[in-house]
Amino acid sequence: MKTGPTPSPLTPADAEIGPKPPLRRFHQARWDEPLLFELGTPGERGVLPPLSQVPADVVLPDGLRRAAPPALPELSQPQVLRHYLRLSQENLGADFNVDVGQGTCTMKYSPKVNDRFVRDPKVAGLHPLQDERTVQGVLEIMYRLEGLLKEISGMDRFSLQPGAGSAAIYTNVAMIRAYFAARGEAETRDEVITTIFSHPSNAACAKTAGFKVITLYPDADGYPDIEALRRAVGPRTAALLITNPEDTGLFNPRIEEFVRIVHEAGGLCAYDQANANGILGITRARDTGFDLCHFNLHKTFSTPHACGGPAAGACGVSAELAPYLPTPTVEFDGTRYRLDDDRPESIGKIRPFYGVVPNLVRAYAWIMSLGGAGLREAAEVAVLNNNYLMAKVLQIRGASVPYAPGRPRVEQVRYSWEKLAEETGVHSEDIGVRAADFGTHYWTSHHPYIVPEPMTLEPTESYSRAELDEYAAILAEVAREAYEDPETVRTAPHRSTVHRAREDVLDDPATWAVTWRAYRRKVLGG
Amino acid sequence: MNAHPYIPNSVPEVKREMLAAIGARSVEDFYADVPGRIRLDRPLDLPPPLRSEAELVRHVGALLNKNTSAQEALSFLGAGCYHHHVPAVVDEVVNRSEFLTAYAGEPYEDHGRFQALWEYQSLMGELLEMDVVSVPVYDGYQAAATALRMAGRITGRRRLLLVTAVAPGRLSKIEDYVRPDHDVVLVPVDPATGLADPAAVRAELAGGDVAAVFADAPSASGILDPALPALAEPAHEAGALYVVGCNPISLGAVTPPSRYGADIVCGDIQPLGLPMSFGGMNGGFIATRDEELYVGEFPSRLFGLAPTSVEGEYGFGDVAYERTSFAVREEGKEWVGTAAALNGIAAGVYLALMGPQGMREVAETILANTRYALDRLAEVPGVLAPYAGAPHFADFTLRFTGSRTAAEIGEALLEHGIFGGRVLSGTDALYCVTEIHTKDDIDRLAETLQEIAK
Repeated sequence: MKTGPTPSPLTPADAEIGPKPPLRRFHQARWDEPLLFELGTPGERGVLPPLSQVPADVVLPDGLRRAAPPALPELSQPQVLRHYLRLSQENLGADFNVDVGQGTCTMKYSPKVNDRFVRDPKVAGLHPLQDERTVQGVLEIMYRLEGLLKEISGMDRFSLQPGAGSAAIYTNVAMIRAYFAARGEAETRDEVITTIFSHPSNAACAKTAGFKVITLYPDADGYPDIEALRRAVGPRTAALLITNPEDTGLFNPRIEEFVRIVHEAGGLCAYDQANANGILGITRARDTGFDLCHFNLHKTFSTPHACGGPAAGACGVSAELAPYLPTPTVEFDGTRYRLDDDRPESIGKIRPFYGVVPNLVRAYAWIMSLGGAGLREAAEVAVLNNNYLMAKVLQIRGASVPYAPGRPRVEQVRYSWEKLAEETGVHSEDIGVRAADFGTHYWTSHHPYIVPEPMTLEPTESYSRAELDEYAAILAEVAREAYEDPETVRTAPHRSTVHRAREDVLDDPATWAVTWRAYRRKVLGG
Repeated sequence: MNAHPYIPNSVPEVKREMLAAIGARSVEDFYADVPGRIRLDRPLDLPPPLRSEAELVRHVGALLNKNTSAQEALSFLGAGCYHHHVPAVVDEVVNRSEFLTAYAGEPYEDHGRFQALWEYQSLMGELLEMDVVSVPVYDGYQAAATALRMAGRITGRRRLLLVTAVAPGRLSKIEDYVRPDHDVVLVPVDPATGLADPAAVRAELAGGDVAAVFADAPSASGILDPALPALAEPAHEAGALYVVGCNPISLGAVTPPSRYGADIVCGDIQPLGLPMSFGGMNGGFIATRDEELYVGEFPSRLFGLAPTSVEGEYGFGDVAYERTSFAVREEGKEWVGTAAALNGIAAGVYLALMGPQGMREVAETILANTRYALDRLAEVPGVLAPYAGAPHFADFTLRFTGSRTAAEIGEALLEHGIFGGRVLSGTDALYCVTEIHTKDDIDRLAETLQEIAK
């Protein structure tokens, strides 16, 4: 097992992309931390809640008084803290690594000052049903944020209610459904068209909302196939759900024509702006003719990703669709901000109350710290970083970029390790696992793998040239290993907290264990 | 422009060098596929940037100072968002950069996230006495809506009976979400008592085609309905599933719904260590028995424990990933995306700190405070507690019979620095107490109402 650095004589090609200083030494923390349930002693206490000062022992009806306390572990406070802090050290946050390997997800720096705002009791301590006079500040932030997003997208109104990007996709689909229902076309317009390079939630949300899904595949150059679109549209078309640039990094130059074709068939067009980071200030959803769009505020507008949420979504619509926005909206009469629940055509509630408010505050602060020119600078530098990294990666043996050779990519690139896999037997997934040994994260791509052996890198504006060089050097090193010492890659990780888990156990109903209770019953036998 | 602190490569010289390294003339080269017609030909019309961090702090701080937090007043607001004490250790853990800024990492660099979320599932499993608990979905609304669709897929039936009072927002979400496949039938509660009507439930069940009987415990009125344990049997006899929403913090003292026959249990973890944040911090839980039929219908991620290639080592990964939209797009169950994972870690830390005794004590305190508030406030002239006969947890209804409406009472309380309950109608409002309220707090509300509720 290799545990130390792997210095090797640089070839001239490597020198081109080699970092200065060379590959850093890294080992993920390994605490051999037991499961919480293996810790503690009966009687230990972690925190004491207030005891009632009034007559206790409330009588509950038969069957509603819990017979025995829940079998939670019993731990003192320092034991709980140490357990979780050890787990935190066994976790690689974006603040620690060149986190460009989670392409399609726009990993960018979340300014620490914005976290301070949301921990303030003036945000954290607000109840959503307080009198509006006592929450004018937070309502003003929401109203102003809507205004900023309107200008950034060209849309007429926004809802900040969706809990994340996929929830925003669903919200847009629900509004599309309500729009056609109001026009008496609910039964006839039952198809949604999307593309294979858009997020799986575009297809899945449409299906959940009751639509039939038609998926367009790329043409020879990797752009969405416009002839396939022409064949797909018709009187049953409710909407096109599309990302642009797609997850390949290619911007669809015929996007206006796509929108026109769908509009001529009577359908609506919804722009998934998960990939908006590279086009801020360059082009806007409404100017291309889209009727709806959504932003992932945690991606494009820099709120922390929090291990997979809480995130925040924002849905923008044209005036024609505004009546269907979730309720309430935030309104301003020139003096006071208020929540408007009186929206008879609204699709109703998408989540409790008004949205993931801490992330709305963070997104507002981020935009205000950049302004219009700063947003454009963020976009341009993200795109520059992306094309710079692409030039580096294309020098690595076994790596390629499918489709449209020589065309630029916008904010990310879907690469292929097909050649490397053919020549070495090492797969993209193996490369990702091995990359963890170098202190960085890399994920292959969404399924299905239309691009064989995929890897999607999205550098954003948050990484320095030296960091991009470092990331490329890690990939170059892993690729070199794949050719010269493939066992090292195939048997990775070597410097991680743990080794590869047995997937078969997780797919078998007889052995999967989603909780300690299940594990106890199935594996420990009692 | 000047180099921006958030954008390392905004240094002009660095940009020039990088462009030269690629062989590009300018960044414009990379936008060659964006047609001129849809190019924004002007700068975005946004307010000028706040150049310094100090100015940003001043600007945002000035806006936030327009708020009065519920901590600065005496608040009796609940109705789906609850003011509980958040232990300092919860804040410490979830604000660690390693957790706060991580995303969708793999087990090999994010082992800690997988273990912490598996432990969250496991702690919830003990609280709920169920063997399968999902990684958090967005919130309790989503959890209820998805639980009902799961019941629909399992039974292949259309009708959903909602048999307790369900909060309007929650009902709105459910109705929108199940619309393609289900009809929602509201079985009215008894207006005199606020309680479910078992005879009416049986009558609806007899109509057939029922996928699920859904109850909330406590209900939207804060009532722990004595009928809940008796509803499982008729539901099951009719071939329906019993789906129960519950407030997890009540379960230190209240029977978990699985014990009285619930097949799917759902709810919101906001009470377990999450700040109110203007209603913005939620996480939904969905729990079932460990049966392939049930597990196969979860849309959300389920983390599982698995051995690794090293003897004795615990690894983690996704259970039955092929059921998700991540794996098979529209052929998956509903959809999955970024939801509320860190809030699950927070809830896990909360449960670990509280342990069995802490959970019992906090639930008992809330039960006792609620009962005291109901009894004490009902003594005030002009105030009735219409459903006071039923056991309550946290939320409870007050009815104002004097000359002022419930909204006017709320206005008058605000002048005394008190946030009154959510107004439900001209006469009724939903008030709430938790473990943070003292006897003096409740007495102060009673004394103030004595002055203004006549």
